[in-house]
This record gives sequence, structure tokens and C-alpha cells, in this order.
Amino acid sequence: MKQEWPLYEVFIRSRSGLSHRHAGSVHAADDEMALTNARDTYTRRKEGVSIWVVRSDKIVASDPEESSAFFEPAEDKIYRHPTFYEIPDEVENL
Amino acid sequence: MSDNLLMAAYASRLGDNALVLGQRMIELVAASPELEEELANANFSLDYIGQARMFYTYAGKCEGVGRDEDDFAFLRPEHEYRNLLLVEQPNGHFGDSTVRQVLFESWYLHLLEALTRCSDEGISEIAARAIKEVRYHLRHSSQWLLRLGDGTEESHRRVQQSLDNLWKFTGEMFSPDDLDDEMRAIFNGPHLEIIEAQWREDVRAIVEQATLKMPDNQWMASGGKQGRHTEHFGYLLAEMQHLQQTYPGATW
Repeated sequence: MKQEWPLYEVFIRSRSGLSHRHAGSVHAADDEMALTNARDTYTRRKEGVSIWVVRSDKIVASDPEESSAFFEPAEDKIYRHPTFYEIPDEVENL
Repeated sequence: MSDNLLMAAYASRLGDNALVLGQRMIELVAASPELEEELANANFSLDYIGQARMFYTYAGKCEGVGRDEDDFAFLRPEHEYRNLLLVEQPNGHFGDSTVRQVLFESWYLHLLEALTRCSDEGISEIAARAIKEVRYHLRHSSQWLLRLGDGTEESHRRVQQSLDNLWKFTGEMFSPDDLDDEMRAIFNGPHLEIIEAQWREDVRAIVEQATLKMPDNQWMASGGKQGRHTEHFGYLLAEMQHLQQTYPGATW
């Protein structure tokens, strides 16, 4: 029987100033291997300057069954959107 | 030997180490235990082949008779290859490959560092580029040695056996021949005795952390640097050179 290594989720910061984004996942036997596997799988073409990995089973996720209670109440609350400001041209990455 | 021919011979030998190891690692493609390891190994292999291309191209330039990287890689007979015996050793099981990588890369890293300080700009520039790759390769291979050595009873036993088996190919890395001596005298090249001390310290640290024992056998094989290879090398070369030897000048 083949024993699968645990799954890790990979987050990559593509350049300084931006936040890490989910890039995909890798299998690895330990944390250190997860980091190197992520480097070798997802940053071969200079995609990143920083990597986070976290075991997939350590992530707490919302339940799709509860999505209406979780997300729908925000739908009709337009006053929560900051659309009443003018964004200065100098502000980047917003 | 003129300085140019000396440099050509030295660069070509560095190219041989990189190419032969790269070729060995390519043999592992489609044979890795996990997809991620497969991808890592293939990347590293291409790093080495890339280094070989740079060294050969530079050797051809120093030599000045119009040989290019392909002439060095594909059109030379076995005895003109001057790579270390260690890098031509077969992949064996995963522990064998891991030990070969650790032993070679921990030496190669120090050699490249020394080469960045040599007086020949062509070589020092290639060395500076290669260092970054090799530093990462060594990190990868050392981690595997720790996992295997400090893993299960069986992985420990088997990787200790790999270490004991391959140990005899390490002596060659530190015994200077005429080319090493001249390289050192004329171009401020690497001092192999100093590198041996650094290497021994590094390897001992990794081996002990992996709960393994440093082998104590003293007998060392040699000959690679003079073009006398182990029986495995002919097969590697035959496979690698087959296409160019059968269809000379064939292009992609």
C-alpha cells in the first residue's frame, strides 16, 4: 500500500509589497520538505520572493452548507463599500 | 602548456563534472518517489547541464580552435573526460543517489567559492552563477540525508551502506594533480587541502546529525581526473552521445 505524504497549501508573495496568494498545493513528508517542494514546483520561473506553506489539515475552513448565513447578509449593504472616496493616483496596489 | 590551454583544460574538467552528474540525474526522471521530488531533481539536473554548457563554451574560447559546447559534450571519447569518479557512479537506490549528491555538492560548493576568487574572470563569473544553484542543491540533498539517516531502522542501515560504499571516491577530490597545481600557481586557483578541511567539517556535521557514522576506510580510488574511469562510465557516455555519434551535426 502506498502511503501518501500529507498535503500542504502553498502561498507565494510575487513581489515585495504584495500579499501572499494561494498558488496550489504540494505533498511533503515534513515542513522543511514542503517549503523546498513549493520552491521547486511553484517558483521555477521567478514567480515569487517569499513562500508560506501550511498543512492543509491545519486550515480551518467555512462550511459550504452555511454559506447563506455566512455571506448573504452582506449582499444588500452597499454602504459598507468605500466607493465614496476618490483614490489619489499615487496610491498603488489598492 | 600555455595559460590559455591550461585554462581550457581546467574549464573543460569542471564542465565534465557538471555534465556527467547532470546526465546521471536525468536518468532519474520518471523514477522519483513523488511528483515534487521528480520536478526538483529534473530542475537540478538542468542546472548542472547549464553549468556544463558555460564551462565548455569557455573552454572552447580559451582553446581557440573552434570547438563549441557540443563538441566537448558529444564528440570526445571516454579517456578525454576528466570528471571525478564519484559523479559517474550509478544512481543505485535513493540513498545511494542522495549520498553521492551530498558528498559531491559539499565539495563543489567550496571549490566554486574558491574559484570566485581566482584571477581569471571568465571562470570566476561562471562560478559565481553556479554557487547559488549548488547551495540550494546541497540544502536539498542534506535534508534527505537527515531524513534517511534519522528515519527508520532500514533507511538508516541502507544509507549508512551507501555512505560506506561511496566514500572511496572522495579522495580524488582533494589530491591535486599538475593541472590543479598550475591553476593554483598561475590563476590563484583553489587550495584543495583547505577545501578538504572545510569539506570534512561540513560532512561530519551532516553525517552526525543524521545519526550516521563517518566511514573509516582509508583506501581511495582515483583516475577520473586522468581519464581512467569506472566500468559504469562507458554506458553513460554511450547513451548520452548516441544521437550525435550516429547522426553527426543533427540539430533539434
